[in-house]
Amino acid sequence: MSNITGDFLKRAVGRKNKGMSVPGILLLTAATVFVIISPQILSNYRLNLIITILRIAYLAQCWNLMSGYCGQFSFGHAAFFGIGAYTSSLLYTELGVTPWIGMLAGMAAAGVIGSIIGVLSFVYNLKGDYFALVTLAFAEIFRVIARNTPFLKAAQGVSITYKKDWTQMQFSGKAGFVYFGLILLALITLFLYILQRTRTGQYFIAIRENEDAARALGINTFRYKMTALVLSAMFTAVAGTFYAQYYLHIDPEIVFISEVSVDAIIPCILGGVGTVFGPIIGACIIEPVSEFTNVHFASLPGMNMVTYGLILVIVIIALPNGVVGLADRIREKRARRPLSPNATEGV
Amino acid sequence: MAIPILQSLFDGILMGGVYALAALGVSLIFGVMKITNFAHGALITVGMFVTYELYAALHVNPYVSLPIVIAFMFALGFVIQRVTINPIINAPSHNQLLLTQGLSIVLENLLLVMFTANYKSITLKGFDQAINIGGIAINKPKLIAFGIVVAASFFVYILLNRTDTGHAISATSVQREGATLMGIRVERINAIAFGIGVACAGVAGTLLAPMQYISPTVGEGFQLKCFIIAVFGGLGNIWGAVAAGLIIGVVESMASLALGGSWSEMVIYLIFILVLLFKPTGLFGRKTR
Amino acid sequence: MLSVEDLYVNYGTLRIIQGVSMKIEDGEMISLVGSNGAGKTTLLKTISGLKKPESGKILLDGEDISALSPDRIVARGLVQIPEGRKLFPQMTVQENLELGSYLKEAKKKRKETLAYVYEMLPDLKKKAAMPAGSLSGGQQQMVAIGRGLMACPKILIFDEPSIGLSPLLTDIMFEIIRKIKDSGTTVMLVEQNVQNALKMADRGYVLEQGRIAMEGRAADLLENEELKKSYLGI
Repeated sequence: MSNITGDFLKRAVGRKNKGMSVPGILLLTAATVFVIISPQILSNYRLNLIITILRIAYLAQCWNLMSGYCGQFSFGHAAFFGIGAYTSSLLYTELGVTPWIGMLAGMAAAGVIGSIIGVLSFVYNLKGDYFALVTLAFAEIFRVIARNTPFLKAAQGVSITYKKDWTQMQFSGKAGFVYFGLILLALITLFLYILQRTRTGQYFIAIRENEDAARALGINTFRYKMTALVLSAMFTAVAGTFYAQYYLHIDPEIVFISEVSVDAIIPCILGGVGTVFGPIIGACIIEPVSEFTNVHFASLPGMNMVTYGLILVIVIIALPNGVVGLADRIREKRARRPLSPNATEGV
Repeated sequence: MAIPILQSLFDGILMGGVYALAALGVSLIFGVMKITNFAHGALITVGMFVTYELYAALHVNPYVSLPIVIAFMFALGFVIQRVTINPIINAPSHNQLLLTQGLSIVLENLLLVMFTANYKSITLKGFDQAINIGGIAINKPKLIAFGIVVAASFFVYILLNRTDTGHAISATSVQREGATLMGIRVERINAIAFGIGVACAGVAGTLLAPMQYISPTVGEGFQLKCFIIAVFGGLGNIWGAVAAGLIIGVVESMASLALGGSWSEMVIYLIFILVLLFKPTGLFGRKTR
Repeated sequence: MLSVEDLYVNYGTLRIIQGVSMKIEDGEMISLVGSNGAGKTTLLKTISGLKKPESGKILLDGEDISALSPDRIVARGLVQIPEGRKLFPQMTVQENLELGSYLKEAKKKRKETLAYVYEMLPDLKKKAAMPAGSLSGGQQQMVAIGRGLMACPKILIFDEPSIGLSPLLTDIMFEIIRKIKDSGTTVMLVEQNVQNALKMADRGYVLEQGRIAMEGRAADLLENEELKKSYLGI
């Protein structure tokens, strides 16, 4: 590719392509070590929160891949989540297929559905809110299908009987899910970290920043948008399987509802959309807050969600670029150099 | 054979009218601010509860309470826009969408805190008996609702097309800078437009209140329908929303006659996807851009 | 009437206006000329309240308006006809004009002003019921001028009114601007069409890279060798 392309990319990718800072590495290491030893030191109740954080952070990273990096704003990740959950659970309960295989089958199924949604939307050039609405409509369609199909166990959903056997993705105690969740989160985070350093990742960002310009430079935007969507859909399906195996029950009003899609988005916006660690930071904030309000306002049904919603609203207004954006702003302020027309062009 | 079909045609048209009014609010808000309001369903519920409270506590007939509901909902919308939407008016659309989703969570749960999850209903004396015309039963609250919807749509049309404020709203939606330079306060106009949109949701809530059970989450079911109708009618197009509302109402009741209630939703979602893919500018939409 | 004192305006991290001072007397017509990117539009946006300056003052009738919102500035009689017209294309010509008198004081006089505008721009009367977006470029510029007049301005600022117009239409346009000036309105004309702009004006300012490079009587500027060389190609 020409110099112009490189230039455009450099500008589009901008600050996001930095290495990690020393405090960042320390914090990350400390957090990882903490999660690893947590089964030895924390109660089951606290471990449950850790698992939720890991699961939501993972889900958020999946959304981040497609919507944060590639700019294709999905409001229907519940569709992929539900497909993953249903595929592995039904294969297990009906045919006795281990959820480890079921998980892969779920990924494949979500990939296929994702490709269909992608081809339809991108061929017809849907963007922004319109694309978000299409993904939402697809998720709703799957909810209606699941609720009305006897083969899919209709409204009562699928229940998995617990039997302690790791080959069936069922662990004794919480530790297994803590480690499984940690591995998933680590893998997808590493994936994103590497992705944004590759050409493909840079094309994603270029498409997000200015799709027309990206196309004009010869980037096959359709192909890259499809890649982002399908990968995101497949990874999201894994979160669905994880959920089903952990809670041992799924039904259409749990896995195909828009709350699931919102769960995927909130940590990203809180932490920082299109950043590697933003969604993790976001999940570490929102889940404890949500847990806290649940416990604190247990006597007054609804008050927990009022508080949660208010926090959400306030954060979006006050921190439009998330925690990572705020940190960047503080850093920039500290390192502020005198005004000169060339200051913005520097490395 | 023909009677059930005529019956659901009628039901569909009457119900579609109420959808249309609610969707008109979505359409107006998107047309002016380019924001998809995910709090619209919850705002319909707020309208229902205001109506219910006036009825339960002060024995005000829902149709008499309309002016109060309109004033209250307009003010609520105006304030919501100024305090929460206005600061993020230029933010990326996922932020805007999540913000309105957050508002929806707050509103629904505030209703839950204040009124509990128990179902409530309004029974109006003399309204429970359906009118029977040639074998077709016409539900009175639905008929009255339809009449009010027609009047309200005309009112909104006049407001937007025959008043200075209405002209300022359309001016702001297409040419922000030009409007500003004429002394139009864009932020205020946006708040007014949001208020009108929310008032539409409120009126729809009032009209729905005598027809069905009332609970804090009941508006969710209308949310996506509002989007569908607003897009189908062409975002920002009032008569488009009205026409699309009637069509979706009829399709819904016909589909539930043919397929049974729970599958009928599917037909509507499929239509939505087809519209988004093939005609995102809506029924009467011109090709823009 | 209007005076700008030592104005600095930034755009992001870039300093676009770097210490501009200028003055327009009551009933006077001045031209502000300069090439593309000299900062003309930024200066006008700041005067109209769309942008806030870093420092400096903008005095209208002796009062600083630099912190006021655009609607307050319009209400005080300073009205800008923006570059590219910025009409409301789906509305009729008449609705566009009426929106010009959106604010209270102007609205009171809407009928008379409208009659006056139609008298001054008779073409518009014939097109009154047509969508503004369906008119030709020249006619749209007339609508923009009419809309500005509807606000009952004491001072009217034109941003590049001749852009995209044929030479014939440009002449007509300048004729209209002269009429507006003769009716007692103070006029500030911002143009790239240096020759025409200076011919009409009482005085002129030349803006270069965010600074006033030259100023003086318009007739003198037209004779200035430096200006001739860089702007008139002579």
